[in-house]
Amino acid sequence: MSTLILRTAVKYIIPGMFLFSLFLLFRGHNEPGGGFVGGLVAAAAIILYTLANGVEKAEKMLHVSPQKLIAAGLLVALLAGITGWIAGKEFMTGIWLDLPIPVMGKFGTPVLFDIGVYLLVTGMVVKVIFTLADTREEGNQ
Amino acid sequence: MTLFQILIPFLVAPFVPLIGKKREGRELGIILAFIPFLLFISFLFEFINLKPATITPEIYQWIPSIGVDLAFRSDGLSLLFGLIITGIGTAVFLFAGGYLGKGMETVKFYIYILIFMGAMLGIVFSDNLLLLFIFWELTSFSSFLLIGFKHKYLASRYAALQALLVTGIGGLSLLAGVILINSVTGTFSISAIISDPSMLRESSLLVPIIILILGGAFTKSAQVPFHFWLPNAMEAPTPVSAYLHSATMVKAGVFLVARLNPVFTGIGLWNDSLMIFGGATMVVGAFLALKQTDLKKILAYTTLSVLGTLIMLTGYGSEIALTTMIVYLTAHALYKGTLFLTAGAIDHSTGTRDVRILGGLLKKMPFTAYAGIVAAFSMAGIIPMVGFVGKELLYETAMSGEPALFFGVLFAGVIMVYSAIQAGIHPYFAPEKETPLSPHEGDFTLTAGTVTAATMGLILGILASNLLTGMVSLAVSPVAGKTVDVSLGLWHGFNIILLLSLGTIIAGYGLYTVREKLYLLPQVYGPLEYLMPSKLYDKALNLLMFTARGQTSFFQNGYLRNYIITIFATALLLVGGYFFYHLDLTELVIDPSMEMYEAIAGVVIIAGAIIATVAKSRLYAVMALGITGLGVALVFILYGAPDLALTQLSIETLSVILFVLAIYKLPKFLKLSNRNSKIRDLIIASTMGVFITFVILAVYVHEHSTELKNFFAAESLPGGKGRNIVNVILVDFRAIDTMGEIMVLGIAAIGIFGLVKLVRKGG
Repeated sequence: MSTLILRTAVKYIIPGMFLFSLFLLFRGHNEPGGGFVGGLVAAAAIILYTLANGVEKAEKMLHVSPQKLIAAGLLVALLAGITGWIAGKEFMTGIWLDLPIPVMGKFGTPVLFDIGVYLLVTGMVVKVIFTLADTREEGNQ
Repeated sequence: MTLFQILIPFLVAPFVPLIGKKREGRELGIILAFIPFLLFISFLFEFINLKPATITPEIYQWIPSIGVDLAFRSDGLSLLFGLIITGIGTAVFLFAGGYLGKGMETVKFYIYILIFMGAMLGIVFSDNLLLLFIFWELTSFSSFLLIGFKHKYLASRYAALQALLVTGIGGLSLLAGVILINSVTGTFSISAIISDPSMLRESSLLVPIIILILGGAFTKSAQVPFHFWLPNAMEAPTPVSAYLHSATMVKAGVFLVARLNPVFTGIGLWNDSLMIFGGATMVVGAFLALKQTDLKKILAYTTLSVLGTLIMLTGYGSEIALTTMIVYLTAHALYKGTLFLTAGAIDHSTGTRDVRILGGLLKKMPFTAYAGIVAAFSMAGIIPMVGFVGKELLYETAMSGEPALFFGVLFAGVIMVYSAIQAGIHPYFAPEKETPLSPHEGDFTLTAGTVTAATMGLILGILASNLLTGMVSLAVSPVAGKTVDVSLGLWHGFNIILLLSLGTIIAGYGLYTVREKLYLLPQVYGPLEYLMPSKLYDKALNLLMFTARGQTSFFQNGYLRNYIITIFATALLLVGGYFFYHLDLTELVIDPSMEMYEAIAGVVIIAGAIIATVAKSRLYAVMALGITGLGVALVFILYGAPDLALTQLSIETLSVILFVLAIYKLPKFLKLSNRNSKIRDLIIASTMGVFITFVILAVYVHEHSTELKNFFAAESLPGGKGRNIVNVILVDFRAIDTMGEIMVLGIAAIGIFGLVKLVRKGG
């Protein structure tokens, strides 16, 4: 599948896809979207890159390993839950900042939680695809 | 305060690796021994200042919805056990470091044993039955880790598993009993149950409650027929045997029986079961001790015998019997803990525990010899040891009861003397023989604890009329459920009991002189030991494994198609059968009118599904499935669920890619199914389809509650600060669900990674 046309096209498509995934993530609280679907789109972007350039290059492009994304996602989501606890309320109670932030509106622990979901979903899908698409080991045998 | 005392061992445990990483074992032992020692001091102060009339439980809320509080009660019984646990604990902590030496294994040992000590303290101070159960299970668990400490040996692992399963099953029995008690009385509080036992005693559930509670106590305290796990548990390092399997954990069953005695005493089933099972254990344990030549096995079987005696004494129920129980228990903890540790010290220095080749250690190991001899005197019941006071009381109690039990007590008494000579006298005075290592005295960590514990037994005996009397009277009242006047003395004059005492000592010595013949006993009654219970355990375990293996190869056969058939067929038979049986066809409303675009979406979905089934290659099938998925996404859009549609679209895209990557690794596409299996699959698939269709139709007929829908719609913006209700539910209202789901996703990714990697390595 790795053709010059695809490789070139991917270079321009991917930034847009990442932006779109972030857009989906942050608008999710008010409009259709959210961390889950945002994560899927981000994963799709990475997969597209993988199809064009192979797993090895994709791993380099990503800088962090997908299992770290999974772990980070879980930690961020947990952090969002614990914040409510620290504030003296029940676990997972939403805590909101009063400042209005451009584009997303408000920021609060539910948004943080959504970011955790986004990271985890991205990491999970990418991990699975990397595992399946990785042919390096087989080549050696 | 009590909560804090119990938590200390748990809090220290995680820091042991930090403290112990670079240190010698004995240094680590000395440092950590301060924990039980300081707890011992604090319990001692509480015990001295204890005023039985003013005991109030210490309660912290924990799970109020089911009535589980962190409730603790420090009365005489708990404090006496607390003193034994931390006192023997100090000796064991000190001993183990020198015994095990340097290394990560020693660090692990201290972590396990700290957890155990905390759990054991939890049991004896709990004032809530469920809390007690939790600590109870924790002791079983830490005992498993400690018995299996030398996990490279099959025998260790076998013994650890056996102990865990036997005490675990007993734990379940205890849990069931506790729940039944709660269903009768409406409380888990031990204080409440003891202060008003009438509701329990008149309940129709009394018999099952007693049986279940005793099931827990008897397995833990290794009563016949569950006794077999205890001698096997001697696979553990000696400090563990001294601590868990002699001085403390195995007495948890005795403690439970003593704790609940005021509730059930006087009921025939309770007292009779205790006397019968306790008496049987006392005799069987003593009998099996006869032929043992391994120091630890000798001590293990006599421990069985003593545990039986303690249970039996509680069954007698009289004030003197309960007093005897407490004295005997204290004496046993002191001398048996000491003897186990001296056995460990002997093993450490000579390289053997076989009494047949031990001898002449008196000069080589003078401190160990002192401790061993004094403890053996206490075990044999020789004046002026605390064991003598216990034995006198025991004979006095036995004379007032059933003749059969009286002879049982005498029989066990004789063998106790015989075993005491073997374990505590013989290694020091017998002629010296060749041993694997040349014997030498260990440093003070190996002797300080045993010397102190043995001396305590001597002091308590000499001060029987004041110190021991004071301790015992505080501890026995909670067992009797009323204030008991205790007056103990070392010397009761020349009477029949003293004569009996003397008789057992002479008879015990007589047995010792013919010991060579007793060692040959296995040939005579060897099969007896392997009679029923332990064999039954092996058979039951094998059967379980066999069934599990069969079940696994049947259900988990590795063929996805079979999994799907099983799942669908089960759903159809169980849920579908019930559903169609109760389905009222006339109720269903079918509205055949539809818009053009709805029809198109429907046709797309159906067409995709049909193409997938007849496709000639995997790639076609995958693409056809993709079409179906996109059709479903279309339906979501048409019916106003943009969130779902978005997600569905992305998922479909990704799963097609996944499929393609997976197909790449699969073998060539072959037609494997014959005509018959095709027909079978067709029937199952279409029945499932029909079933789901009718379920959806039926759902529409019934009014469902709109309460949740309204709540989420109304609260989304003010409560969740978002207009997208779906997302607010996901990340705010039901965020814990989402948390669980993403955790599953993460685990699934790890699972897939493992599967693919394993297959690759295997292939």
